[in-house]
Amino acid sequence: MTQSEWPLWEVFIRSKQGLDHKHVGSLHAADATMAIQNARDVYTRRQEGISIWVVESTHVHASNPDDAEAFFDPANDKVYRHPTFYDVPDSIKHM
Amino acid sequence: METVEINLEEQFQARIDADISIEPKDWMPDAYRKTLVRQISQHAHSELVGMLPEGNWITRAPSLKRKSILLSKVQDEAGHGLYLYSAAETLGTSRDQMLADLHSGKAKYSSIFNYPTLSWADMGTVGWLVDGAAILNQVPLCRTSYGPYARAMVRVCKEESFHQRQGFEIMQTLCEGAPVQKEMAQEALNRWWWPTLMMFGPADADSPNTAQSMNWRIKRFTNDELRQKFVDMMVPQAEFLGLTVPDPELQWNETKKGYDFGGVNWEEFWNVVKGNGMCNKDRLGARVKAHEEGAWVREAASAHAKKRARKMATQAA
Repeated sequence: MTQSEWPLWEVFIRSKQGLDHKHVGSLHAADATMAIQNARDVYTRRQEGISIWVVESTHVHASNPDDAEAFFDPANDKVYRHPTFYDVPDSIKHM
Repeated sequence: METVEINLEEQFQARIDADISIEPKDWMPDAYRKTLVRQISQHAHSELVGMLPEGNWITRAPSLKRKSILLSKVQDEAGHGLYLYSAAETLGTSRDQMLADLHSGKAKYSSIFNYPTLSWADMGTVGWLVDGAAILNQVPLCRTSYGPYARAMVRVCKEESFHQRQGFEIMQTLCEGAPVQKEMAQEALNRWWWPTLMMFGPADADSPNTAQSMNWRIKRFTNDELRQKFVDMMVPQAEFLGLTVPDPELQWNETKKGYDFGGVNWEEFWNVVKGNGMCNKDRLGARVKAHEEGAWVREAASAHAKKRARKMATQAA
């Protein structure tokens, strides 16, 4: 069987002004223009978005899930990065 | 080497048991991957083929309103197929491969679509009953263990409930209409009731893969559990419409707080699965024809994309 399918694209949608583009899924398309048009038809049939980004899937690089533990470990023991780490006296306001 | 493998399987099962979802790049047993590819692609194929019995009625819808609704529904089904194909592709199979398996008859799709849609009331019954059964099957899959599948199902389920409601509305309109319209609704229910019960798959005793699938949380209820739920849900709705469920053995069972119902004709079920249903050849033929006749469009789009990419490269240079 010859490989005839179009490249795969990842689709990101901004649901409303002021919010981030969020990954919603993927689709096949011959080029970026078609990917955006297809994304509109596949992922925004009920006004789910006002802006679409598409990225060819081969351009996405991901962290390795097998390394997740070691990779994210440095943040693990730094509770002092969170405001709740600090005791603030009750009488102190606006902090 | 073997101990490592066992360890991985144990860790995998522990994650599943803790309801931690499995993502594409995570380690998974080959059998889990294979079962998922089969289940998700089968589901995607069902969405694709499911457009055909309804496509039959788009040009014959009784009003512009009904026609717009039916068009939207069929478009949703194309969308559902696409969500699911994408989810299956994250497991390492390709779109080309899945379509080739559908077209060669190697892959299956829901047998329900091998029944003909003979009257407008069938559009009501398909929405109300068939999509109703699909929803019962699909809602638990929103919590299925494989992340991309679960996320696709959330999207599908959100859209599916419009499908069922529009079907019920068609039935209600017919049932409140002239006697001949109500007859049409009853006749459609008579034809679709049993095939719809078959949609939940073989009886638990004849479904050897159920236990493993439930262990993996790919499946969350057994076929018979869902079938019972469906009957209990649908009988009162049929009564509301003033329609008779075509099952002389149907009877409320106070002890189990559910309906007892007659036996499904499994011989018919397996016969349709094996390709001998009323419309198997038509459906597959229509799919293959559409695919082949679309080949030049796919090729032209690829050629156009290549040409534009070349142009942009020369302009940049």
